[in-house]
Amino acid sequence: MIEPIFLAEAAVNGLLLGGVLALLALGLNLIFGVIDIVWIAYVDLVMICMYAVYFLVMVYGWPVWLAGLLSLGLGVLLGIGVHLLIISPILTSPPINQLLATGGLLFFLQSAATFLWSTDHKSVRLTLPIIEIAGMFLSFARLIAFGLSILAVVGLYLFLTRTYMGTAIRAVSQDREAMALMGASPQRVYLVTSAVGGAMAGLAAALLSIQYSVHPFFGAAFGPITFMVCVLGGLGNMLGAFVASFIMSEIISIGGVVISTEMGYVIAFLVFIVMMFARPGGLLAKRE
Amino acid sequence: MLELRNVTAGYGHFTALWDVSLRVDTGEAVAVVGPNGAGKTTLMRVISGLVPVRGGTLAFDGESLVRRKAHEVVARGIAHVPEGRRLFPRLTVVDNLKMGAFLPAARRVYAESVERVFALFPVLAARRDQRAGSLSGGEQQMLAIGRALMSRPKLILLDEPSLGLAPVMVFRVFDLIRRVREEGYTILVVEQNVRQVLKLVDRAYLLEVGRIKMEGRAETLSEQDFVRKAYVGL
Repeated sequence: MIEPIFLAEAAVNGLLLGGVLALLALGLNLIFGVIDIVWIAYVDLVMICMYAVYFLVMVYGWPVWLAGLLSLGLGVLLGIGVHLLIISPILTSPPINQLLATGGLLFFLQSAATFLWSTDHKSVRLTLPIIEIAGMFLSFARLIAFGLSILAVVGLYLFLTRTYMGTAIRAVSQDREAMALMGASPQRVYLVTSAVGGAMAGLAAALLSIQYSVHPFFGAAFGPITFMVCVLGGLGNMLGAFVASFIMSEIISIGGVVISTEMGYVIAFLVFIVMMFARPGGLLAKRE
Repeated sequence: MLELRNVTAGYGHFTALWDVSLRVDTGEAVAVVGPNGAGKTTLMRVISGLVPVRGGTLAFDGESLVRRKAHEVVARGIAHVPEGRRLFPRLTVVDNLKMGAFLPAARRVYAESVERVFALFPVLAARRDQRAGSLSGGEQQMLAIGRALMSRPKLILLDEPSLGLAPVMVFRVFDLIRRVREEGYTILVVEQNVRQVLKLVDRAYLLEVGRIKMEGRAETLSEQDFVRKAYVGL
């Protein structure tokens, strides 16, 4: 039998992981909800930003916070770049072509990273302390990552509900043509959405850098769980994605401690499959 | 104010409007009536830039609107209340109005515009924090018109405002349009409800299979002429 303190520690770790996962899921879901295209290569953009953080910190000796800020900026640029170069020309193409195009980007980024930086795991070596809270040992890096993630999620929420552009982004996801009649250029709304989605990826990259090492297949490791969270929450449903992030991260974390790390993922995917039968429209979908 | 000369437009290989010429002067209310499939909605969509002009000229306040995108047309002072209202169902009443004032010039006078819309349609003030999708059909039509007014337009295009409403509500919607008129707005309205709309407007056009078949002042055009032409084909 597992001691309750380990379970508690796993639950807290799950919560902490959920924060960063929420960042990724919200970024991806925002783009899907507005532009109606799934960026298969989304987490591979995170991987590129993580390499940026690694090189800036380990090779050029930048402080981590500054490299993190640059990663956020790089995320914005990547988001805008992906939209202009890849998404914009295929906006009206059949969904299968859109999937192939963003999937192609995934393989391109993976291969380019392997070619340029080899398959070695590279990590930003930080000496962040492990702190003891009520008998639980928690990583300070994870606490920081969680705190900043939640701040970013709150920021995103305020942007989407309090500003004209944010409200317009939500409006476009409900009726693009009507929003054009309100005077908003769809192209501009898409660009802002892609930039915001990119910013989430860049910030997530900075926060993941201090916890995980980066390698060309980082997207393959973190991508499936991100998509699963989006689908479980309901594609395009922001609140659903937020809730699903924490459900999934808790299952992985607690399952990992109770059985084994691999089984944590197996259980998470099993729950996902069952939930897809029970609630195909997502957790918070209203029954018709 | 608005002038179409020999406008041709359509979708793909299909031509929906042939040689349509139409004019709306400042302060006027003009109706376009005609049977289903006559091209009335296409006409509205051409004016607001949702459907491109293929031939002819389209000008507003002396400036050509040919090849202008929808978001550029709004900025020039034309607000389109589309068929089926097209509200943002999951946004609140207030957020829908806010989106009506999306353009920078309209944003600056947002507070005053909201006051005016609420004065015109008090029920919207009472429902301000409800989702638009939860409103009744009539309230949704008020919100759709209110949202269009938020952009401070010079011309309002109303596409089938009474469509899909209960008979009682149809009368109320015409009353709403009358109130909007009294505020001094110029209106171009498309309607199937010929009898009601002729009481409301100064002039009217009859559109049939994509062509203008009749035009004239509302009071001289008897309803029978229009109805006969439009629906019986005599």
